[in-house]
Amino acid sequence: MAAIDELRMTFFQECEDLLEQLAEGLRVLRAENGSPDVETLHSVFRAVHSIKGGAGAFGLKELVAFAHVFETVLDHLRSGKIVLSETLLALLLRAGDFLNDLVGCARDGVPCDAERMNLLLGDLDEVAEKVGRTAEKEAEMPEFVPVTLDLSAIPLGEGDRDDGANESALPPDDATGVSSDPTRFEIDFAPLGTMYGTGNEPAPLVRSLRRLGAVTVTADLSAVRPLETFDPTEPQLVWRLVLETEARRDEIEAVFEFVEDLARIDIRATVEPTRRTSGRSVPPSSGCGADTTASSRDAALLRPSPKSRSSVGDLSSGANPKIVGSTATTVPTPGSAATSSAVGASPSTIRVNLDRVDRLINLVGELVIMEARLSQVIAKAGLAADSDVASGLEGIKQLASEVQESVMAIRAQPLKPVFQRMHRIVREAAEATGKIVTLETVGESTEVDKTVIERLVDPLTHMIRNAVDHGIEQPDIRVAAGKPREGKITLSAAHRSGRVVIEVADDGGGIDRAKVKAAAERKGLVQPGTAMTPNEIDNLLFLPGFSSKEEVSALSGRGVGLDVVRREIQGLGGRVAIDSIPGRGTTFIITLPLTLAVLQGMLVSIRGETLVLPLSAVVETLHATNATRYSVGRRARLVANRGELLPIIDLAEVFGLSGPLCDDGRGVLIVVECDGGRRAALEVDHIEDQRQVVIKSIEENYGHVFGISAATILGNGRIALIIDPDEIISSATAGIRYPALAEAVCA
Amino acid sequence: MTPTSTANQLGRKEVVAFRLGDQDFCIDIDHVREIRGWTPATKLPHAPSYVTGVINLRGSVVAVVDLADRLGLGATVPSDRHVIIIVTLGRQTVGLLADFVSDILTIGEESTKAVPELGAEPTRDFIVNIITLEDGRMLRKIDLSRVLPNLRSSGPTDVAAAA
Repeated sequence: MAAIDELRMTFFQECEDLLEQLAEGLRVLRAENGSPDVETLHSVFRAVHSIKGGAGAFGLKELVAFAHVFETVLDHLRSGKIVLSETLLALLLRAGDFLNDLVGCARDGVPCDAERMNLLLGDLDEVAEKVGRTAEKEAEMPEFVPVTLDLSAIPLGEGDRDDGANESALPPDDATGVSSDPTRFEIDFAPLGTMYGTGNEPAPLVRSLRRLGAVTVTADLSAVRPLETFDPTEPQLVWRLVLETEARRDEIEAVFEFVEDLARIDIRATVEPTRRTSGRSVPPSSGCGADTTASSRDAALLRPSPKSRSSVGDLSSGANPKIVGSTATTVPTPGSAATSSAVGASPSTIRVNLDRVDRLINLVGELVIMEARLSQVIAKAGLAADSDVASGLEGIKQLASEVQESVMAIRAQPLKPVFQRMHRIVREAAEATGKIVTLETVGESTEVDKTVIERLVDPLTHMIRNAVDHGIEQPDIRVAAGKPREGKITLSAAHRSGRVVIEVADDGGGIDRAKVKAAAERKGLVQPGTAMTPNEIDNLLFLPGFSSKEEVSALSGRGVGLDVVRREIQGLGGRVAIDSIPGRGTTFIITLPLTLAVLQGMLVSIRGETLVLPLSAVVETLHATNATRYSVGRRARLVANRGELLPIIDLAEVFGLSGPLCDDGRGVLIVVECDGGRRAALEVDHIEDQRQVVIKSIEENYGHVFGISAATILGNGRIALIIDPDEIISSATAGIRYPALAEAVCA
Repeated sequence: MTPTSTANQLGRKEVVAFRLGDQDFCIDIDHVREIRGWTPATKLPHAPSYVTGVINLRGSVVAVVDLADRLGLGATVPSDRHVIIIVTLGRQTVGLLADFVSDILTIGEESTKAVPELGAEPTRDFIVNIITLEDGRMLRKIDLSRVLPNLRSSGPTDVAAAA
């Protein structure tokens, strides 16, 4: 049971990769604009086919059914039977999205959207059937030369018949398939029950082989049992295929690539090559139509002769005529095999359970702590800095930090999968709003901690939707403003000074600040008539309960606003800022830490307790004696700093600490800035040190503590709590806006 | 009940017995991971009074509960002679502060008694059974799930009220 679950998990993991490959391929197709690259089509087809195969093994019927129809259309497409039109591409994208959903539904065991599935299936079927009709038309052509395949001899139920072998010659359907010097291969092909169980069929394999050369198919019926003992789940047909081709052995093996574990396949090259003149192979291929011989090799390749199609199809038509009718080829062509080997050449990777990586990271964290402890002991022992012990420790220190970096790199993953998902979001959002929007991604290979990536999806989705819904204007308005009809959203990522910067930029109308301010005043978020800088107004968007759109739109106005985005980003130790130019667009800038495992911290002492303040939040430190403080009322205090009045927050009070005050008794003010540029001065007793600390969860064994984001372990083995300045500032200043405060002081 | 490592004979269980003040208590050995000497704990802001603080247990942050305070026997002033019994309940790991661990005992069903009606005694809420020993001692068996702090968020509302 557990083993099956594990396999299932692997399947879904693989699905993720395959879906990514699919999305990537479809996007390339769109970019190629009507002249699709065969390789891309192959890769898209392969992705869908592999998902279908895996889904079959796990009995995910809906997934198999959908992937099957999807794959059929893709197969027609890659064989050139249908042309990639704008509408078809849109359909494929929708189908790709839905396949994604289906996989998700299958994984979570929830029912899928049957209505949508039927709708899409209908559309896909329609496309596939069009091809079927074309094929039928071709079949009626007078030049058609039937090839006999004596199916009446298949004695399902006629008892033992050793002599039941039937020969039928399937001619090659393209003249060039037979070279002047073909080699003869004998292939024994005995499918196992699992092959049919995973949705594979022998007929397309034979068809694929025919692309390599002339094939003679002999069905070996000796194993077929009489009806009384007939087991429908146990395949009994064995085929012997004789192939004359100039193709290499590996090309033939590639045809069977997908079924190699699902069937007994024995490929033997027979020594004497049978010489066949091209003259003999021409008549059958002319059955496809007189133009075939004259047209290029590709054209002929892409049009299998209809007669063989129908005759081979009949072999299994008893089982499920619909599937036979729509499955042109479920097996890769030689070309696709070539690409899959090319893919194999990419750097080799292993799948590792995340827990193992995390354990390693924990251990390295311990190592760093231990090293800090050791250096404390050595310092205490009064050993000289140039002593052997000290220099040895220095070496360990360097190694430890290198090991730490390498381990962090294991957890680091490119942002690509997240960015790719956004294409769909843009597509859907554009569709819903009737806007024309393209998404450009830059720097998607930027690597970020895996946890960060996972938790980025929701906020990014929200911001992208927001950009489409609120940022980009309707096409007509854009044209009137002298911009291209098509709006553009740029999603970019880059490493900048030890942090990751992700930007969501649209070329829309920018933030309508007058409207935003009016809305905020109406909602009582800001006092009417307050003078505000453009930046302050922009930051109003992040206030809870703010929505500038007059009417609630179905898309992004669903009650959760940018405040949720900000909270999520803050949860990752990151920050969000806005930059907007009226008429030119808006940019949201997210900065994130590279990892959630370590942090640059300032060690501060408050009433004898050591706490850690994330250095990223610290703007500057003020010694209390140099700062001018003002009291406002009974409790509130302010400090003037560079022409700005900042509220003072006494951390001892916030954390309820009441130990003895340190000597000078006045303490240090640390100016911190939280999201949206709000600043405050945190009062501590004194600053001890500044160093990298390993982040430890406190919620795992205890729970959330107000004003504390996590904990770390100091060199002496004791625990220090890491302060969450954002939480402290937003709660301490809740309801008070600084301009209002400043007025109060001046009055 | 299927036999487990701690109930190798029918109805027999191993317990860890320890002292709080002048009373003997015990807990199921199943839950005990290790017993450590006292190490100074880092205070947790806004924590209930019976949470002494957090300590470093080989890289994990573990909260320490002052059992005596929790059971209403008065707060402990911890010293080097105190011990911390590390217990796990579900996925939560917590340290219990105790005076000392006295025994590990195998207890038969016959010596396990129900807790008599004790009126409004607060300690009563945390005790599941009373075990009488042949040497005349009496062990009060603690219900761990009631003793441990909930995995809940603490503070924001308190602070808002305080501020």
